[in-house]
Amino acid sequence: MQRLLRHRLLWPFVTLALLLAVNAVFNPGFWQLQWRDGHLYGSVIDILNRAAPLALVALGMTLVIATRGIDISVGAVVAIAAAVAALMIGGELVVKDGVQTHVSRFPMGVAISAALVVAALCGLWNGLLVAKVGMQPIIATLILMVAGRGIAQLLTGGQIITVYYAPFFFLGNGFLLGLPFAVFIAAAVWGVLHWLMTRTALGLFIQAIGINPAAARLAGLQERLITVCVYVFCGFAAGVAGLVISSNVKSADGNNAGMLMELDAILAVTLGGTLLTGGRFSLAGSVLGALIIQTLTSTIYSIGVPPEINMVVKAAVVFVVMLMQSAEFRAALRGWVVRPAAAGGAR
Amino acid sequence: MSARPAAPALAQAPAHDATGRPSHPTSPPTAHAASQRPARIDARYVPLLGTIAVFALTAGFGSVMYTGFFSAQVFLNLLIDNAFLCIIGVGMTFVILSGGIDLSVGSVIALTTMVSAALVEHHHWSAAQAIPLVLAIGTAFGALMGVLIQRFRLQPFIVTLAGMFLARGLCYLISIDSISITDPTYTAISQARIPLWHDGASITIGALLALGMVALGIWLAHATEFGRTVYAIGGSEASALLMGLPVARTTVLVYTFSGFCSALAGVVFTFYMLSGYGLHAVGLELDAIAAVVIGGTLLSGGVGYVAGTLFGVLILGIIQTLIAFDGSLSSWWTRIVIGALLFVFCLLQRGFESRRPRS
Repeated sequence: MQRLLRHRLLWPFVTLALLLAVNAVFNPGFWQLQWRDGHLYGSVIDILNRAAPLALVALGMTLVIATRGIDISVGAVVAIAAAVAALMIGGELVVKDGVQTHVSRFPMGVAISAALVVAALCGLWNGLLVAKVGMQPIIATLILMVAGRGIAQLLTGGQIITVYYAPFFFLGNGFLLGLPFAVFIAAAVWGVLHWLMTRTALGLFIQAIGINPAAARLAGLQERLITVCVYVFCGFAAGVAGLVISSNVKSADGNNAGMLMELDAILAVTLGGTLLTGGRFSLAGSVLGALIIQTLTSTIYSIGVPPEINMVVKAAVVFVVMLMQSAEFRAALRGWVVRPAAAGGAR
Repeated sequence: MSARPAAPALAQAPAHDATGRPSHPTSPPTAHAASQRPARIDARYVPLLGTIAVFALTAGFGSVMYTGFFSAQVFLNLLIDNAFLCIIGVGMTFVILSGGIDLSVGSVIALTTMVSAALVEHHHWSAAQAIPLVLAIGTAFGALMGVLIQRFRLQPFIVTLAGMFLARGLCYLISIDSISITDPTYTAISQARIPLWHDGASITIGALLALGMVALGIWLAHATEFGRTVYAIGGSEASALLMGLPVARTTVLVYTFSGFCSALAGVVFTFYMLSGYGLHAVGLELDAIAAVVIGGTLLSGGVGYVAGTLFGVLILGIIQTLIAFDGSLSSWWTRIVIGALLFVFCLLQRGFESRRPRS
């Protein structure tokens, strides 16, 4: 019991459970799942599907934050990756030999690889600026955040590029074994990362860098190389999220795709119990954080509160979680609870 | 503001030393140090001079390339169109000098426009009632974030991020749609032009306010105890504490001042746009940070000048003006060029930092 109470995923888990309970109360059909055309349908599945891109970005962000960094360019990278994929696939409906077939500009595999390579290159740029040049992470990634949005707009010509190529839609809309395919992508990335972090020394290395970069370097870690790799992975994960999002909406919008996503991702990581000061991190916590954010959004829609309140509620949640993480606040809280009792006793 | 004009303990300490022990070898009087290098430029001013040089070069380039660019009104328009950015830039400079960051400034502007518009249009308040109230709201908002950051040791990034969500959310609680302002006082102030030259060049009240805030910022930074404490905290918070400086109070005040600047920028923005809207000034916090960095302030805190921020804002403005004058370039080139400039300035900053041995 004591171990359970001390578990670091307890609070994110309780938050998510509370949100789900609120949903179940206000919306009796919340937990109902329907099997239609070989797919599962229901509010929970919907939340999972929509949380997948955010979870992907949050996973990359977790590792970056674990090394004491931050990557505020992920939203722009999402937009760039989506734009590259949409541009290269393009696609049109052609009638060939009397049969309607979808034709893409480049083979889909090439387009997807290109988008992911571009996203990873964006990460490499960030990583080099942080690890080699020695810039502060927030300012290094601010450069790409500002310029990247412009690059995405340049690629799309400031327009929304529509994709007409059905196989591409599978990424964001397809189903596998009854579940949305995007969930499998997020789960696979999490699985690989989890294996890397727990079964190899990489997780330990990343924590060591986050706790004390200088000590990690003195201990013989290739601190710079690992830091660069972490940023590359963060860019890559944002690229995957960009593909899922553009596939889901069947278009790429250079102006708005991934807008404010960096903030949601940082929020998800914080909600999951990873401290922004680096060091100990929790991948599962970040996934939980992404689910909390998506559930919160769905809850707000489903209980009939105007969606505009979403941001206020999100802010309130952040303030509460933040204060609970603060040792000073917990001490003050204990003081407020204990002191009146003690004063009463003295009288 | 609790800042006292000059004469705090810090400035007096060396003077006192000099009078008490005039032949002390390790603490030469400042006048002597200045006379040792009379003609050389102080290394601290190099980033600032670099920023001014970039601005001058860009202005020169525009004047040569485009007809009609070199006119007083074009340059005054830089101030007029970026007055709000300049004002939040002043607040942001202090926050960054103290080693923090404030992401809420853009959304506080939006909230200010929204509250002003709702009060004036829906509740028929006068401008004289609405403006003090929104200034108070912004200041209180900043103070609240400052207390959270200082009292509970929370990270400025996350606290002001939550503040950003909160302020934008509050806008939408008031109204989802844009509210246009038809109040005669607001429209009169909005259209008021103060002629400067005989050839018709003029400036708005917002731009004058921006210049006033820059002047106030320079005074606060260099002539008050508050300003010196901000520099000290940015240099090393632990040392500032050990020196007995009022670190806690100053940290809260820095965010309070930034909140006040955001609200004042919001008032100027309301005059500029004559409407209140929850989507006003989206992403402006990043422009403000960019302006501060381009202005030569180090994000690690402790080094920088308010005057640099003014030129940072002017550089951002002149890039937009250049792209508008060119006509063939799309608006997104602005973002790419700003990103490239940020990159160059950060590289230069790294160069300065690594050349100067930091204790």
